[in-house]
Amino acid sequence: MTDEKDTSRPAPDATDQDAPIAAEPQRTGGAPSLDADGDRDVVHAPTVVEVPVAAAPAAESHEQNQDEDRFGSVAREILGGTPMVSLLAVVVAFVVGGILIAATDEQVQAASGYFFARPGDTLAAIGSAVGGAYWALFQGSILNFSRPEGGFVALIRPLTETLHFAAPLIAAGLGVAVAFRVGMFNIGGRGQMLAAAAAAGWVGFSFPLPPVLHIIVALLAGMIAGALWAGIAGLLKARTGAHEVITTIMLNFVALWLLSYLIRTPNLLQAPGSNNPITPRMLETAILPPLLGSQFNLTWGIVLSVAAVVVAWWLIERSSLGFRFRAVGLNPQAALNAGMSVKTVYVQAMLVAGAFMGLAGAQQVQATVTTGFTSGIDAGIGFDAITVALLGRSNPWGVLAAGLLFGAFKAGGFRMQAAEGVPIDIVLVVQSVIVLCIAAPPLVRTIFRLPKPRGGAR
Amino acid sequence: MSAVQTAGLAPEPSAEVARPRSLRVPITYVVLTVVAAIVLVGLGRDGETTLRLSTNADLLQLPDAVLPARITGIVAALLLAAMTGVAIAAHLTRRRIGVWLPIVYGIVAVVAFLVWAGATKSIPLPGLLVLTVGLAVPLIFGALGGVISERVGVVNIAIEGQLLSGAFAAAVASSAIASGPIGQMGTVGVLLAGVGGVIAAMVAAVLVSMVLAAFSIKYYVDQVIVGVVLNVLVLGLTNFLYSSVLTDNPELNNPDRFSRIRIPILADIPIVGPALFNQTVIVYAVYVAVIVVTIGLFRTTWGLRLRALGEHPLAADTVGIRVNRWRFWNVTLAGAIVGIGGAYFTLDSNGSFQRDMTSGLGFIALAAVIFGQWHPIKATFAALLFGFAQALQNVLQSIGSGVPNEFMLMLPYVITILAVAGFIGQSRAPAASGKPYMKS
Repeated sequence: MTDEKDTSRPAPDATDQDAPIAAEPQRTGGAPSLDADGDRDVVHAPTVVEVPVAAAPAAESHEQNQDEDRFGSVAREILGGTPMVSLLAVVVAFVVGGILIAATDEQVQAASGYFFARPGDTLAAIGSAVGGAYWALFQGSILNFSRPEGGFVALIRPLTETLHFAAPLIAAGLGVAVAFRVGMFNIGGRGQMLAAAAAAGWVGFSFPLPPVLHIIVALLAGMIAGALWAGIAGLLKARTGAHEVITTIMLNFVALWLLSYLIRTPNLLQAPGSNNPITPRMLETAILPPLLGSQFNLTWGIVLSVAAVVVAWWLIERSSLGFRFRAVGLNPQAALNAGMSVKTVYVQAMLVAGAFMGLAGAQQVQATVTTGFTSGIDAGIGFDAITVALLGRSNPWGVLAAGLLFGAFKAGGFRMQAAEGVPIDIVLVVQSVIVLCIAAPPLVRTIFRLPKPRGGAR
Repeated sequence: MSAVQTAGLAPEPSAEVARPRSLRVPITYVVLTVVAAIVLVGLGRDGETTLRLSTNADLLQLPDAVLPARITGIVAALLLAAMTGVAIAAHLTRRRIGVWLPIVYGIVAVVAFLVWAGATKSIPLPGLLVLTVGLAVPLIFGALGGVISERVGVVNIAIEGQLLSGAFAAAVASSAIASGPIGQMGTVGVLLAGVGGVIAAMVAAVLVSMVLAAFSIKYYVDQVIVGVVLNVLVLGLTNFLYSSVLTDNPELNNPDRFSRIRIPILADIPIVGPALFNQTVIVYAVYVAVIVVTIGLFRTTWGLRLRALGEHPLAADTVGIRVNRWRFWNVTLAGAIVGIGGAYFTLDSNGSFQRDMTSGLGFIALAAVIFGQWHPIKATFAALLFGFAQALQNVLQSIGSGVPNEFMLMLPYVITILAVAGFIGQSRAPAASGKPYMKS
């Protein structure tokens, strides 16, 4: 068994173009492996090279660097990888969503009862159901034309809502993306966000501080809490070899029940005088101020998230820490041989990833839900973050674009639900279909009968 | 951490002998005993605990066991300390300890905790066990599916999604069958509706499995990613259909629940009888499933091949097993088993589909797979343990014992973290689990 790729199979393009998504040669299941046992693991030579996988991550950065050289513009980064596949993945997802909307629409069902008598009716009903839903999605997320009397504010309000929803998604997406670049899978977004929300919330409603300082202290508290919670998984991986997929999943639930306990126990995080499991209101000084005036929900959170994108980009692509991250992500053995402490990098990476998650969690309590929060404060963002990072191909700018797209879905989804009666859960379906399609380019190529790219060329 | 190292070295038994034995086991015992001593003695509670051993309906009536909480706690703490001493002595003299020590340790700790938590109250033991089995059944189905899937080399994070899809399909199919002409057929109709529901659940979960298998085996997508995304997809899909179809058509979400079948004599066994032998058909199916899967895995050609595929697919390929085809169909089979567990939610425990009704139980099933060391019997016991923790939490809350139930609820997850970190037991995944197989 060698690592050589067989060019006659669809495999190579799955591995060298879509590296962050393609299989990494790591074991899942948290086995105490060789480097699991304390300090006796400085193995300087791979004794057995027996990996039945094309070394996926190895191809990653090479390709991505090429990407950056060739398509420097942000627009290309947005589409990332094979832009056509990404675009078509979105198309496929919208078609699937459209089928679901049409199939569950009552008018369509009624009209399909006499389909053979008047097929036009059915098609018209499908058109109006699907078109109406997606038009509502657009009006809810980009520009709203339905209220001309509201003027410019009403027109662009959806756009600000999109940014508002995108802000925590972007930060959380970075938390997954950074870990991906180190070859780790951070599924613990939920737990890290909950830890961060608890810490930021505690600072936010317990300590009266001067206005700007309060915001910063609360944000930092959240980021530190998120980092520490993620750091547990990093430390366990480094010290015992416990696989981070398992530990982060389990830590999610530990955080959930821990927070549930804290917010229902008086004198801890529960609002005084309340019998419900909910925290007190945030103090005014800890709330992120609105960015475009109080007529919009949009806060400075989006600025923080975009700044986080820049920081993440600099960290990964320009800093020496980021160099070590990428080196370990590409080939831990080579990084070890080069004298890097792979274990330290695992812990560092989880700390950084957790800090980004913490930023998302802090934003939730400092911008989104400021009137006291419950254990559902993460709002599923921890898991959305995984799809954001995958769609963004673990690249900070890609994460920014993917976060904006999914923020638009969320913003538009609410309007779609209110105006057209299409449950917002369709957004989850569309998101996951997009990610599934992006993860498997051969599938998309088969659906659209696209030619296979030659030898990795795009 | 690379597979390069682990693939070659982890299975070598000789390395185990040569290395100094891990300190983790004695450390774990010491820490657990200290924690137990703090809780049982330091936070000791006064009053007596009544452990009710039989219900009024039982044929054979056992007297209640009444234990003084504080003294029981002290005695138990001493016993635990003694067993910790045995573990340390065994470590120092490099003797191997049998399985009896952790088992006895666990039983003493659990009984002591029960007595401590139930001080001045009475705990109905048979009811607790009925609840345990009820909560454990979907976990066991999920864990069995997980074991098969991981043993054949495909990591299954999508157990949650499979359970949820099964629950949804079972509710809709069973309701639809019962409201049609078959529903008029009396008892037979009810039975057919139930069976139809279970089959629909299996089909739904198999579809989820097939997506998992197709993406991970045919397209070489990372299996963890597919699993995570599938969970989200199924959650979105069932929520969408629930909101758009089931809320307008409540008759599609009203399946008949399976009725309990009492097995004579066996159901009269004190304490455990009602929990194990006065149950629905799905619970009896779980016994069959556990036995069949265990025998199948370790006593048949199918099992041998399956395990080979998870440990060393190249070797399996060399002797002529079609690796990817075998993986595909076995992951599919695993989905069918998980699907039965999904049907349990709507056809047994609840009686209608609710949004996100599995609420993370699929991940507890995954935890059971890992804590159960990828072995069907051990995974079953792990699932029972996790079910017991949840049941105990329910009971303690209903008798108002004042023990924060959140800590009971997080127990399965904490145990699993400790297990993968090597503090409790040895959990080693099948070597090739999670890695796609490419023929070169």
